[in-house]
Amino acid sequence: MTPVRIKPRIKDDEYAMSGPDGRGDEMSLERREFLKLAGGGLVVFFAAGDGLDAQEGGQRGQGQGYPDDPNAYLKVGTDGRVTGFSGKVELGQGTLTALQMMLAEELDVPLASVDMIMGDTAVCPYDGGTFGSRSIKYFGPALRQAAAEARGILVRLASTKLGAPEDALATKDGAVYVLKSPSKKATYADLIGGKKIEVRLDKKPPIKPIAAHTVTGKPTLRSDGPAKVTGEAKFSGDIRLPGMLYAAVLRPPAHGAKLKSADTSAAEKVPGARVVRDGDLVAVLHAKPDVAAEAVTLIKAEFEPSPSTLDNGNIFPHLKEVTARTDVVIESGNLDEGAKLATKIVEKSYFAQYVAHAPSEPHTAVVRIDGDKAEVWASTQSPFRVQQEIAKLLGLDVPNVRVRAPFVGGGFGGKNAGAQIVEAARLAKIAGKPVQVAWSRKEEFFYDTFRPAATYDIRSGLDAQNRIVLWDYKNYHAGSRSSQPVYDIPHKRVTGYGGGFGGAEGVHPFGTGAWRGPGSNTNIFATESHIDLMAETAGMDPLSFRLANLTDARMKKVVQAAADKFGHTFAKAPSGHGYGIAITDYLGTYLATMAEVAVDKASGHVQVLRVICAQDTGEVINPEGARMQIEGCITMGLGYCLTEEIRFKDGAVLTENYDTYELPRMSWLPKIEVVLVDNPDLAPQGCGEPAITVMGAVVANAVNDAIGVRMDMLPMTAARIKEALAKK
Amino acid sequence: MDKTIRFKLNGKEVAVETSPERMLLWVLRTDLEHTGTKYGCGEGYCGFCTVLVDSKPERSCSLPVSKVEGKSVLTIEGLSKGGRLHPLQQAFVDNGALQCGYCTPGMIMESYALLMRKPNPTEAEIADALEGNICRCGTHKRVIAAVRQASGALKMKVVDHDAR
Ligand code: FES
Ligand code: FES
Repeated sequence: MTPVRIKPRIKDDEYAMSGPDGRGDEMSLERREFLKLAGGGLVVFFAAGDGLDAQEGGQRGQGQGYPDDPNAYLKVGTDGRVTGFSGKVELGQGTLTALQMMLAEELDVPLASVDMIMGDTAVCPYDGGTFGSRSIKYFGPALRQAAAEARGILVRLASTKLGAPEDALATKDGAVYVLKSPSKKATYADLIGGKKIEVRLDKKPPIKPIAAHTVTGKPTLRSDGPAKVTGEAKFSGDIRLPGMLYAAVLRPPAHGAKLKSADTSAAEKVPGARVVRDGDLVAVLHAKPDVAAEAVTLIKAEFEPSPSTLDNGNIFPHLKEVTARTDVVIESGNLDEGAKLATKIVEKSYFAQYVAHAPSEPHTAVVRIDGDKAEVWASTQSPFRVQQEIAKLLGLDVPNVRVRAPFVGGGFGGKNAGAQIVEAARLAKIAGKPVQVAWSRKEEFFYDTFRPAATYDIRSGLDAQNRIVLWDYKNYHAGSRSSQPVYDIPHKRVTGYGGGFGGAEGVHPFGTGAWRGPGSNTNIFATESHIDLMAETAGMDPLSFRLANLTDARMKKVVQAAADKFGHTFAKAPSGHGYGIAITDYLGTYLATMAEVAVDKASGHVQVLRVICAQDTGEVINPEGARMQIEGCITMGLGYCLTEEIRFKDGAVLTENYDTYELPRMSWLPKIEVVLVDNPDLAPQGCGEPAITVMGAVVANAVNDAIGVRMDMLPMTAARIKEALAKK
Repeated sequence: MDKTIRFKLNGKEVAVETSPERMLLWVLRTDLEHTGTKYGCGEGYCGFCTVLVDSKPERSCSLPVSKVEGKSVLTIEGLSKGGRLHPLQQAFVDNGALQCGYCTPGMIMESYALLMRKPNPTEAEIADALEGNICRCGTHKRVIAAVRQASGALKMKVVDHDAR
C-alpha cells in the first residue's frame, strides 16, 4: 500500500515542532494567556464530565490527570486549520504523525490541515512524560475525546446557523453539512469566525466507531520527514539566542570522585573564555563550543578517589548482597506443591550487563533567564517535570518557567533524567546570559542513567506430561516489568529484589534508569531463555512446548501468525539450524518474534540473518509508524544482544565512545519482516518498546539452537561465545 | 591566531575569521549557523557530521577548517533547491528512512557521495558505504531502501554545486 502523504505546516509564529528560534516572544504564559496565544479560535467551556483515563504521569509527580477541557488539546483557527497540543515529545517514535491523524479523524478535517505543538509547557496540557509506549495508549483517548466534543459543539453551532436539527447534520473536510442536501454547509472557520464562543455540552458525544475511520488505520508517512531531511528540523543544540554562551564543564574522572582543587588560570587566558564556578560546578563559557571544550582541558584539577570498588566482574555478587527491598510481584499456588508435582527440575541463573541509551543526540539544554522568568529548550522526555525542577532550582514560580522540547534525537528512557538542564540553568544564572550545555559523547556515556546490570535465579519444574508446574523466579535489580510468565503455571512466585531499574542507594556505582522496555528486556531474556531450556529438557521443540503451555487465545494467535510467516519448522534444540523464538505480553501488547542466526564457531561472531515479529497492538493508528517502531526495535535490539556493554571500574566509566560501545551497523542488518496482527476492537496499546524486549531471548535461543551453547549473559559477545564453546 | 578562511558553502563564497585548527563542524554550526550537520562523537565513529568536500564525504568533526580553504563544501542545507527536495531526500521521506532524524543529514550526505561515485549501487554496496554511519533508532532497512529508490528512480543528477 502506498502510504498517504501529509505535509506538516510549520508555523513560525508558534514554533509548531519547528523548534524555537529565540525571537522575542512572550516568555511564559499562564493558562488564560494561552487562550490569547491560541488566537481567535474555538474557545468553549464544557461541563465537567466523567474523567478521562487517569494520566499515567500521575504516578510520577503530582498526580495530575489530563484536563477535561478540549481547549487544552486543540484549537480551530479562523482559517479552519486545526492545531493540536500535546505535552508528549517527538523523540523519533512518530507520535507527532499519529496524533495528527487521530485529530483529523475525530474532528473530520483533512490531515493536511492539522498542525501540532508538542512538548511546550506554556501551551500544552500537563503531561507526566513521554515513556512507556504510552503516548497513543493514554494521551490518544484524551485527544480523541476532546476532538469529538469539539466536533459536537461545531455541529450545535451549525444547527442554528443552517436551521437544521443536529441529527440531520454531518461533518466532513472541516465543515458541517446537511445530510440530505450536502451543499448546505458551514465550515468550521465560518462557525467560529474568530469569535470567542462559550458552549456547554451536558453529554460527551461518542467517539467515531472504527468502521467509520478514513484517516487512522491507513499507512501514513511521517509528517516530520521533510524537516528532517533538509536539516531544518531544530534540535536543542540548534537553538541560537543572542549573546548565548556555550559551556564546557569540568568532569570528575570517576563517579563519586570529589573535586579537591582546580587551577583555572590557563583556561582563563584563552581569549573570550570565562571561567565560572558554583560549588563543585566548574565550567568554561565561550561563544564557540569547541573553544570552550578545548579550554576546559587546560584546567588542572585534583579529585579524591572514588569510593567505588565495583567493576564488570564483581558487580553480580554485589547485586545479590545489596538487595535493598523485596517485592513479591505475583504468587499463586504453592511452590512446595509444584515441586512435588514436578518430575524434572530446571534451575539456572542469568545475567545482564549495564547498557547505555546512547541516543544519537547527546543531552542538550539551553536556558535563558530574564528577571523572574526563564525559558528552557531541552532534549528531554519530560518537559513538565523539568519545569518544576528548574522553577525550584531558580526560585521562580512554576508558570514563569517555559520549557520546550524541540525535536529530540532519541531518548529511549535516557532523557527522563536531565542533569544537563540543571547545569545550564545554574550557569545561565551565574553568567547572566543564555547558556547552552551540550554533552560530549564521553559525557553522555558518563552521565547516562544506564539500564541496570541485573541477575536472575530461576527454578522451575515439569510434570510427566511436560507441563510447567513450578516457577520460582528471582530477579535482582532489573525492575519487575514483564517478570510475570505468560504461560499457565499453577504454582508460581515472582520476586523482585532491589529498588527496580532506578536503583537504590549503594546499589549501582552510577545512575540507572528506564531503558526502552525497562525491566522487560532482561526479564524476558531470562524467562524466555529458561522456557527454551525447559523445552529442551522436555525433549520438545520450542514452539510446540510454548503452545502446549499457553491457553491465552490471543497469545496463541500471535504465536501462530509469527510461525506462519517464519515458515521454518522448529525441532528440538540444538538442531544446528539456528532458529529461535521468544514471546511476551508487554503491557498489553502481545508479540512473538522468531529469528535465524549463523554463528561462526572460530570467532564466536553471531550474524542474525532473519527476524520476523508478529505483534498485536490493538487498534493501530498508523501502520507505517507501527512498522517503523518494530523494525527499529529489532535493529536497535541487536546491540544489547551482542555487543553493548558499559565497561567500568572503581567509579570510572571506561566506555567513552562508539569505538568501544558498538552499536548495530549496516552490516548487521538481518532480513526483517513485521506482521501486524489485526485486532482493531482492542484500544491502541503501546508500540515503541515491545518488540525490543524479546530480542535478547530470541537471539540467545537461536544461538543455542545453532551451536548447543546456552548463553546466560547479555551481551553475547563473540568473546563470551568463544569461551562458552571452549567450555562445552 | 585567527585567519580568514575562504571556501564555497553550498555554492556560495564564504569567509570566516577563525583559528584554522578549529574543526569544520563547529565552524559550520556556530560561525556559519548551518546547524543541519550534527555532532555525535567528535572522533569519526558515527558519521552524523558528514559533509562533502569537493564531492568527497568527510567527517567534519575531525577536519580542520584550514583543509577546506578554497574548496567546495556541500552540507545537507545545500541539497534541496527552490523549496523542492532533492530526489534522494524525497526517497528518505517516502521510505520513512528516519525516526528521530538526528543521523539523517549524515546518512543522506554519505549516500549522496555514494551515488555520485556509483549511480546504481547494490544493497550490499549501500550497506558497505554506510557502515560508518550510526543510526540508534534502527532505520537501517529503510535507509537502504531509500538509497535504492533514489538510485533507481533518478539518474542521480550530480549537482555541480560549483556551477550553482
Ligand atoms: S561527530 Fe563526526 S563522526 Fe561522529
Ligand atoms: S533516525 Fe534516530 S539516529 Fe537515525
